[in-house]
Amino acid sequence: MAYNEDDFLMISGIQHFIFCRRQWALIHVEQQWEENYFTIDGEQKHERVDNPEIHEKRGNTISIRALRVKSKVLGITGKCDVVELRKADDGIYMPQYGGNYSVIPVEYKRGKPKENNSDKLQMMAEAYCLEEMLETHIDKGYLFYFETKRREEVILTDDLRQEMIESIEEMHSYMNRGYTPKVRTGKKCKTCSLRNICLPVLNNQRSVKDYIQGRINE
Amino acid sequence: MRQMLNVLFVTKPEVYMGLQGETIVVREDNKTIARYPLHNLEGIVCFSNLGASPALMEKCVQNNISICFLTPTGRFRARVIGETRGNVLLRKKQYRVSDMEERCLDISRNFIIGKIYNEKWQLERYIRQYSLRVPVEEMKLASGRLSKYLTEITESENLDQLRGYEGMAQTVYFGSFDPMILNQKSDFFFHGRNKRPPEDRVNSLLSFAYTLLTNDIATALETVGLDPYVGFMHQDRPGRASLASDLIEELRAPIADRFVLSLINRKQLKSNDFEINENHSVYITDSARRTFINAWQKNKQEQITHPYLNEKIPWGLVPYAQALLLARYIRGDVDQYPPFFWK
Ligand code: SF4
Repeated sequence: MAYNEDDFLMISGIQHFIFCRRQWALIHVEQQWEENYFTIDGEQKHERVDNPEIHEKRGNTISIRALRVKSKVLGITGKCDVVELRKADDGIYMPQYGGNYSVIPVEYKRGKPKENNSDKLQMMAEAYCLEEMLETHIDKGYLFYFETKRREEVILTDDLRQEMIESIEEMHSYMNRGYTPKVRTGKKCKTCSLRNICLPVLNNQRSVKDYIQGRINE
Repeated sequence: MRQMLNVLFVTKPEVYMGLQGETIVVREDNKTIARYPLHNLEGIVCFSNLGASPALMEKCVQNNISICFLTPTGRFRARVIGETRGNVLLRKKQYRVSDMEERCLDISRNFIIGKIYNEKWQLERYIRQYSLRVPVEEMKLASGRLSKYLTEITESENLDQLRGYEGMAQTVYFGSFDPMILNQKSDFFFHGRNKRPPEDRVNSLLSFAYTLLTNDIATALETVGLDPYVGFMHQDRPGRASLASDLIEELRAPIADRFVLSLINRKQLKSNDFEINENHSVYITDSARRTFINAWQKNKQEQITHPYLNEKIPWGLVPYAQALLLARYIRGDVDQYPPFFWK
């Protein structure tokens, strides 16, 4: 099965989805956002990324910045911060650069490594797109965190791949049904930029029926 | 809860608003008389006949600032609203629900339950607070009858029955309205509701408060992505914000009536703050309107605890909270629409 372009989901939504499924649905299904949502989101993006695709050659490595990617199979689209092409005998042949290259995605993240694996899943999704577009297999990528100034290697395991695919499929199913799940509320709600729209209290509040009955019987 | 932003009220009848960069420029006789930055604004309410430039309207639409045009006497004329928020899915659900009689009844019942509850407690507050100045027996009787309607209403089987109860409750409540006017009794009296045009000072104050409140509600509905023109209890009629009319029912007593009564009882407005036209309609004067609006805005800042959300919010966000809860109900997050109960 292949998805129609109109139904493609944003890869960057994975971070919302992993943080809270309801938050993802509020933003992507309902397209609700707080006044400042885009500003916040904008701040999280880093400086260089928005230039249109730039190709850079250094030694045996070619870097492509801000590369738009998509997968018809998964119905997702997004932008890779950097895709590194490294000369490698067992890589794919790229006539444009006259040689064989292996493909390595690199994502730049503000802050430090997260407790959840949303960054890894995002990278996996981008790698999946690259695989589909380049007819290759990608087995690793890098996450660079500005706060720790460290580059972390991410091995794209079968488990990670499976988790990513399942997440995307779940996202598509919510989107198709126009469904916003109720979720367990908790600590995360305190820092959630959408709490004023979500009203987390609705997720565990007593029923409205009781609320009304209580008042009538006063 | 969301932050509450300012509303700009343009009360002079002959001024024109233009745009300069990010600033509203107010002109009278081609002279600039005031400037206001656009950021921080959530709405403009304009009583002027001259209005606003298309460039300003465009800017407001882009920034989600609503503009409401009223006549200089405060009758609704038109609204310019920003880009609709949210997704078409919510609106489609709203339209579907509005076509289902059962669902309309379920929601409308809660609007009216909220309304009668709040009317009852409006009376009870005066009974408690001013036991020596109001006819307690008579008002207790009225409050008791409202309680009875409240129970009966839960069994109403169709919208007509519901409207019947609403009408009866209305008569009972307004029957006890005059006693709540404690001061300036010779100039401020209430013998029943009249609106087109208002025939006495109290009715003109009520009409004005309801207009402002309706506008706040319509803006709030728009902000959460609902269509203010498609209602559940009030039937659709071109040009009428039916859903805003639905939602205002439960908010009239605690927000508008309470406010109007306190303006009179605290003597913030006096008899000469009104003009009487040849046709006996009564209007608030320009300067009194400013007093009214200032007090109205101040009242909006006052904090309360929302009865269902259990969260502290300013009065000014109550319409927004209810609009949000309604949207969440339509989306299926809660089992019923939770009315705003104010005790
Ligand atoms: S407030 Fe809590 S439940 Fe709601 S979207 Fe945010 S994190 Fe999720």
